[in-house]
Amino acid sequence: MINITVLHFLHYAFIQKAYLAGTFIAVLCAMLGLFLVLRKLSLIGDGLSHVSFGAIALGLFFGIYPFYVAIPVVLIGSYVILRLTERARIYGDAAIGIVSSLGIAGGVILASVSKGFNVDLFSYLFGNILAISNQEVYLSLGLSIAVLLIIILLYNDLFSVTFDEEFAKITGVKTERINLVLTFLTAITVVLAIKVVGIMLISALLILPAVTALQVARGFKGAMLIAVLDAVISVLFGITLSFLLDIPAGATIVMINMMFFSAALLYKKITKV
Amino acid sequence: MNPVLSIKRLCSGYGPVEVLHNITFAVEKDDYIALAGPNGAGKTTLVKTILGLMDKYTGTAEVFGQDIRGFKRWDRIGYLPQRVNAFNPLLPAMVREVVGLGLLSQKHFPKNFTKNDAVSIRQTLDLMDIADLTDKPIGELSIGQQQRVFLARSLVSNPELLILDEPSTALDPVSRESFFELLKKLNVSKGITIILITHDTAQIGKYANKLLYLDKKVVFYGSFSDFCKSEEMSRYFGHFSQHLICHQHD
Repeated sequence: MINITVLHFLHYAFIQKAYLAGTFIAVLCAMLGLFLVLRKLSLIGDGLSHVSFGAIALGLFFGIYPFYVAIPVVLIGSYVILRLTERARIYGDAAIGIVSSLGIAGGVILASVSKGFNVDLFSYLFGNILAISNQEVYLSLGLSIAVLLIIILLYNDLFSVTFDEEFAKITGVKTERINLVLTFLTAITVVLAIKVVGIMLISALLILPAVTALQVARGFKGAMLIAVLDAVISVLFGITLSFLLDIPAGATIVMINMMFFSAALLYKKITKV
Repeated sequence: MNPVLSIKRLCSGYGPVEVLHNITFAVEKDDYIALAGPNGAGKTTLVKTILGLMDKYTGTAEVFGQDIRGFKRWDRIGYLPQRVNAFNPLLPAMVREVVGLGLLSQKHFPKNFTKNDAVSIRQTLDLMDIADLTDKPIGELSIGQQQRVFLARSLVSNPELLILDEPSTALDPVSRESFFELLKKLNVSKGITIILITHDTAQIGKYANKLLYLDKKVVFYGSFSDFCKSEEMSRYFGHFSQHLICHQHD
């Protein structure tokens, strides 16, 4: 009975689209998340997702497709966080707090003033990858491929800056430029991940696969592979379970990620003893 | 022939605080310089200026005849930082990956590693006598082993100048002795010019041929024998301190 349902379920176009876009976004989140976690920038995803809340409200307010507004606004938000940290002598977490609260406050004011799009706005809070449109799939694939290419091309610089920023600078790595690229890539990934898990749960998709991988991996490339597998399996299983059990996809994906993390912790504890 | 390093009338510091005042000295090829001085004397600031990490300074600093502001050949300079644990301990990097980072200064976008790079890494690990650690995560090594890995990272690009910032601080006396022996070997057999920041002034005279003593300005720069004969240094340090620095050397 289950087999027939599963096979039937795989033929739906909306499921195929969700699998395709979800897989690409999961790979992105896992790869970037590893750099962010190791650089103690985990919460930048959370902060930028709050900025995206304001940006989506802005798009809805002016009747523009929200993602087209969210991408530039979140990019600007990420740039402001970086500059506040570097130039205004403010710690990164405080800079994230300032920019993210500005995003939320802007979104709430726009929602209150318009009174017409609250339902639409709040649907972005928890995402719904099963309702992803063709336009969003193309946008996700295009941007995902671009971001992945940049990560691959800058891999050694990103690795060097993550391991020891001062030494990276001495070997000629343009560390400020690399930090800017990493922040911009995170901004784009956050906007893409809104559809998968929603604004409220984006940071989980960035953090959980990375911290899971770091519990069990021995090399950095191994950690990246495990993080990617964790994220992709979580997204694919999450989408499947969401359809079969009629529960929200985003929350299901996060719970599966959480199970992987718990299993990794347990594995580490057992193998250490 | 240009000196390896030439510093003239250098003033450097952080914001309004001037740490180094009017520093002038030159380092010749094959020199092994012990850079000493009290805490806050500006030793690390001097090294950071030489490495191009300080934005604001006056005077000139040239390496291999080129001003450091336009210097591109960072592969000619190896650097071992003060704290080996300055690296990210959670990053599960293998020893070969860490050593490979020293090769990035030779590379252009997209900075891919080649088979020759793998050979260079292997040879450097052999030189450091740590080839057995190649595939071990750096975080699982002892401080002494980590120190050798980071030295390998600074040597893998075959630098002509090696700068070390208090490398012996975390080492036990036996490891410290063997580390200094290794540096001497690199200086003599491979012709690498060395600048070593150290507080270990009672020992370093056995290995280094020159002493640069800083206290925001140059207090002394010359050979150890000149230092030991200097009446001026005797007045500056007192007979006992001068004797302590010279004792091992004699």
